[in-house]
Amino acid sequence: MIWLNVIVQGVLLGGFYALFACGLSLMFGVLKVINLAHGDMAVVAAYVAVFLTPHLHIPGVWSFLVVVPLFGLIGYVVQRTLIQKSIDRDPFTTLLVTFGLSVVIENLLLEAYTANGQTVNIGSLIAKSWHPASIIYISYVSLAVLAAAVLVLVLLQLFLSYTGTGRLIRAVADDREAAQLSGANYRHIFGIAAAIAFATVALAGIAYGMMTQFAPTSGGINLLFAFEAVVIGGIGSLWGTLVGGVALGVAQQFGAHLNPQYQVLAGNLLFLVVLAVRPQGLFGKKTALS
Amino acid sequence: MSESLLEVRGLTIHHGQLCAIDDVSFSLNQGEVLTMIGANGAGKSTLLRTIAGLHHPTSGAIEFQGVDIVKMQPNRRVGLGISLVPEGRRLFSSMTLEENLQVGAFHAKKGPFSIERIYELFDWMPQRRKQHVWQLSGGEQQAVAIGRALVANPKVLLLDELSLGLAPIIVERIYALVPEIVAHGVSILIVEQDVAQGVTVANRVHCLLEGRTSLTGVPADLTSEQIDHAYFGAELANATPQPGVGE
Repeated sequence: MIWLNVIVQGVLLGGFYALFACGLSLMFGVLKVINLAHGDMAVVAAYVAVFLTPHLHIPGVWSFLVVVPLFGLIGYVVQRTLIQKSIDRDPFTTLLVTFGLSVVIENLLLEAYTANGQTVNIGSLIAKSWHPASIIYISYVSLAVLAAAVLVLVLLQLFLSYTGTGRLIRAVADDREAAQLSGANYRHIFGIAAAIAFATVALAGIAYGMMTQFAPTSGGINLLFAFEAVVIGGIGSLWGTLVGGVALGVAQQFGAHLNPQYQVLAGNLLFLVVLAVRPQGLFGKKTALS
Repeated sequence: MSESLLEVRGLTIHHGQLCAIDDVSFSLNQGEVLTMIGANGAGKSTLLRTIAGLHHPTSGAIEFQGVDIVKMQPNRRVGLGISLVPEGRRLFSSMTLEENLQVGAFHAKKGPFSIERIYELFDWMPQRRKQHVWQLSGGEQQAVAIGRALVANPKVLLLDELSLGLAPIIVERIYALVPEIVAHGVSILIVEQDVAQGVTVANRVHCLLEGRTSLTGVPADLTSEQIDHAYFGAELANATPQPGVGE
């Protein structure tokens, strides 16, 4: 039963990682940009939920209704200006620019809100849980985050598969020039992909703020976990990202069960094993590496 | 010149330091098939890519229906009515046959070519529309690439090296479609190393040699010696009287 609980908690954690990582995966798959400020955008979204949406008299639980669309807009604008400008130069510039963005965001947050830990206040909901068996407690918040992750991935998959714009996103990811020859304005498509990435990571950031404390520098470690989830699952596969996130979450819970200090270590070990044994990831195609 | 659809004047294109196209001029008229022939490296594909907007010329003018399009993005040129079937087909490899056509049709103008019309043109397609394009043969992939360009309902279709990597019988079948496409009011600019195929379907021929125009004319007026001479250059044409087959 103890091990069952480890797995259950790992799956719940994995849902959060998948939600956090799917935008990163999309940005890389479509724009070929590794957004090093991805984690910081999540943190900014959480700060917006804590400090700005209360002015609109929106309770913390519902702050995502405002913050997620807002970050979609921000994603489109940041892409069409800053990131597109750096893509036009060369791929290394995008790394430098997003890294710079990350540094700037962290320091601005420190300046504005200090290094104190914050949480998105959701009242007594945080302490409520479902108790299906003797030692298994499933927190409602974690369950909601897992459900949100699955819902987001399902919607994203449907969008990419069955809508015209979704197909254009895949077309640009496959072959940018050929997509242009089919009439697609690839910059606009990049903007839409970035909007989705920013919106999903904003949701992940708010979820993070509900589940635990965050500070201006919380983005980095979550970006690392998101990378690991994407690589374990396989680049370019949304379901791979979910499975990768869950695998990472279970590995971390397993490590934490042995010794709380081993949580991150166990995740990193799984990541290294996958890289060594199956570098394209569990669901990735070999061609993605070439 | 009122019926000239596409007008290229004094076009010079560089690949880095290399001059790929040197002061080339030609025009494509409504309802016409113009074939550009030339050996590997003559600059033909670069020329088509530049007309489609994927490459920027060093100097010269490209006018489409009297409008200068040199600075226009490739996707806007598709909107005007210029579609390129790129060399090597360049299908969307993660997608099915039908999805490839749907991408082509997303920004399409009104016109005779719908996805249904393409399925009539290639009657094998409907049964296989749910297959991924990597499951199709080279000739079938080429047909999908042509279909993807046609569903945008272009006024000018640019065809780049249709014969590349395909068996002669397949190439023949694909070129047999050219008159049918023209019958729908589409003008075609073909780039081809396979001189025999390219010349058969052409109203006019334009030969490039090392980036320069070496011969222009109507196929009926040109002798094979003239074409060989223009294709290979003086010395080679005299030394090796082979038919014009590249690679």
